[in-house]
Amino acid sequence: MGTVWKVFHYQFRDLIRGRALAGYTLFFGAATWGLLHLGGGPVRALPSLATLVILVVPLVSILVTTTFAYGSEEFTELLLSHPVGRGRLFAGLYLALTVPLAGAFLLGLGIPFLAGGGAAGGLGGMVALGVAGALLTAVFASLGFLIAVSVHDMARGAGLALLVWLALAVLYDGVVLVVAHQAAAYPLERIMLALMLLNPVDVGRVLSLMALDVSAMLGYTGAVFRDFFGGATGVVIALASLVAWAVVPAWLALHRFRHKDF
Amino acid sequence: MATLPLLAATLLLLSTPPAAPGTGTSGDPGPVDASRLHTVGAAGTFTTITEALAAAAAGDTVLVAAGVYAEPTLIVSVPLTLIGEEGAVLDGEGERGILEIRSDSVTVQGFLFRDTGISFTDDRSAVKIDRVRFCRVEGNRFEDTFFGIYLANAGDCLIADNDLSASGDRETRSGNGIHLWYSVRVRIEGNRVRGHRDGIYFEFVEDSRVSGNDSRGNLRYGLHFMFSDGCEYRDNTFARNGAGVAVMYTRNVVMVGNDFDDNRGGAAFGLLLKDITDSSIRENRFRRNSVALYAEGANRLEVESNEFVENGWAVKMMANSEGSRFQGNNFLGNSFDVSTNSRRAYSTFSGNFWDRYRGYDRDADGVGDVPYRPVRLFSLVVSQNEPVLVLQRSPLVFLVDLVEQVFPLLTPANLTDPEPRLLPLPNPWRIPS
Repeated sequence: MGTVWKVFHYQFRDLIRGRALAGYTLFFGAATWGLLHLGGGPVRALPSLATLVILVVPLVSILVTTTFAYGSEEFTELLLSHPVGRGRLFAGLYLALTVPLAGAFLLGLGIPFLAGGGAAGGLGGMVALGVAGALLTAVFASLGFLIAVSVHDMARGAGLALLVWLALAVLYDGVVLVVAHQAAAYPLERIMLALMLLNPVDVGRVLSLMALDVSAMLGYTGAVFRDFFGGATGVVIALASLVAWAVVPAWLALHRFRHKDF
Repeated sequence: MATLPLLAATLLLLSTPPAAPGTGTSGDPGPVDASRLHTVGAAGTFTTITEALAAAAAGDTVLVAAGVYAEPTLIVSVPLTLIGEEGAVLDGEGERGILEIRSDSVTVQGFLFRDTGISFTDDRSAVKIDRVRFCRVEGNRFEDTFFGIYLANAGDCLIADNDLSASGDRETRSGNGIHLWYSVRVRIEGNRVRGHRDGIYFEFVEDSRVSGNDSRGNLRYGLHFMFSDGCEYRDNTFARNGAGVAVMYTRNVVMVGNDFDDNRGGAAFGLLLKDITDSSIRENRFRRNSVALYAEGANRLEVESNEFVENGWAVKMMANSEGSRFQGNNFLGNSFDVSTNSRRAYSTFSGNFWDRYRGYDRDADGVGDVPYRPVRLFSLVVSQNEPVLVLQRSPLVFLVDLVEQVFPLLTPANLTDPEPRLLPLPNPWRIPS
C-alpha cells in the first residue's frame, strides 16, 4: 500500500498545483450557484444542472485523464526503473486522478448548495446528481486510462477520447431513437431499459430521471418502468452498471499496463 | 321586500317541531326538556338504540352513552337528533348496514360506525339516507365500512367533519366513502376519506358544494363525479389516489383552490376531464402527478391561475377539446408542459409562466417578446412510442427539441403562448410560510 500512497500523493499534489482542477470546481460552483439563486430555486435549477453534469463530467474526466496519463509517461518510466509493482503504480496513478476530479466536482456542486441553505426540496435531486457525477468521473477516467495505455500517440489518443465521449453522450442516443422508431410496433420497454444500462452516460442520466422525472416515468403504462423507477431496484441496477463501467475498463487498462513495453 | 323577513320567520316557525305541552314557557331554550331527551346506555332510560328510536317523537333527542351497540339496522323515521357521546360505537359486525335515515331533518353526530361487511346487492352502507331533506351527518368516524355515507334522492343535507377510513385492497371489494346519487343542494365539508374505492362520488347531483375535504389513498378516484351540473369544489385536497380525480359529462363546474398531489401511475391523473363544458378551474395546485390535467372532449374551460409543479405531463389535451383558455398559470419543473394528439390547436394559451421559456424581454414589461411553444417534439415522439421516454433529458433530445422550436414541422404550429411571463405569477392561494 505504501507505493500506491506515495504515487497517489505525488500525482495528487501535481494535479492540485495545476489551475485546471480549481477551474473545474469553480465552473460547477458558479453554475450551481447561478442556477440555484438566479434561476428560481431547485425545481428550476436541477434539470439544467443535470444536463450540465451529464455532458461536462464525462468530457472533462476523459480528456483530463488521457492528457495526464500521456503527460506523466516519463515519470511512470522513471518509477518503473525502480523495484515498483506495476499494479500498485497503476492504482496510484488512477486514484490520483479520479479522487481529485470527483472531489473537485462534488465541491463545486455541493458548496453553493449547502451554503445556500441547501433548499430542502432539492436535496434528493442533488444527491442523485452528485452520485451520478462522481461515478461518471470514475467511468470516464477508466476509459481515459484504457485509451492512454492502448494508443501510443498522444494526439490520436486525445482524438479517440473525444470520439468516445461524443459517441456515448450524443450519438448513442440517436441510434437508440432511430432503432426505437423503426421497431415501434414491438414491445420495447425492456430493450430500451437494457440499452440505457449499456451506456454509462445514459445510466447517469437515468439516475437523474429518478429524481427529476419520476412522475412521468410512473405514468408510463408498462409494468417494467414502474418496477424500475418505482422503488430501489432501479437505483441498485443503475449503480451496479456504473460500477461495472468503471471497473471493467480500468481492469483492461491495468492488464495492458502490466504487459506494456515502455 | 318587507315581506321577506316575515316569510322567513313563518318558514322558521313551520319547520320548528310543535312544542310539547308545558315547555317553552319562558322562551329559554335551555337544556333539552327531559321528556324529549332519551338516553341510551347502562345508566340511561333505554339499553338499546332501537328502543329509544321507537319511543322518540318528532323533535326529540336521543343521546347514546359510550359502549358498543350491535343492533339490527337502525331506522330513523321521525325528525330527531341522534348524538353519540365519546366512545359510542355502532357495530355492523360485518353483516349489515348500520343506520338508515328515512325522515327529513335528522341529525346524526359523534358516533363511530364500524364494520358493515361487504355487499353489492344492497349497497351496504354505514349511513344510508334515502328520499329525505335537511339531514345532517357531522363529526362521526367510520371504520371499515363498505359505503360510508350514502345519499340517494336527498336534498339540502350537510355532511361535515366526518372521518372515514376503509382498508380496501381491491376496487371490486370496496365501496365509496361519501356517495351521492340524484341529490340536490348538499354540502360536503371538512371530511377526511381514506382507503375507499372513490373517496367522494357524485352522480346526477346538482347545485352542491364540496369544500375543505381531504380525500387520499383511495383505490380509484379521490373525487368522482358524473352528470352533476352546477357543483362547486373548493379548497379540497386529493392526494395519492389510484387514479386522481375524474370529472365527467358535466357542465358549469367550478373547481377552485384544490390541491391535487402525488397521483401517480399508468392511468393516474391529477384531474381527468371528460366531456366537460363551460367550467372554471382556478387557483388549484397540481404537484407530482403523472398527468396533472387531462382533457378529453372538454370545451370552453377557463383554466386560470393554477400552478403545475413537477408533474410528468402538466396538461394533456386531446384534439376533441375546443375553446378552452389557459391563462396566468405557472408551469414549473414538469417533464412535459403540454401534449396533444393533433397538429392543430383548439385552445388558447396566454400569459402563463413556463420555466422552460428562454426568450427575452427588451421592453421589460415582464412579458417575453418571443412566443413560447409548450409542445415539445419529444413529447410527440413519446406519445407515439412510450418507451422512448427513457431518453428524456438526453442531449440529443435537447438538440431535436431545439431544432423543432426554431423550425416547427411536426408540433402544432399555432399552439403558442404569445405572451409568456418572465417570472412566476404570484399565487393568490398560497399560505405564507
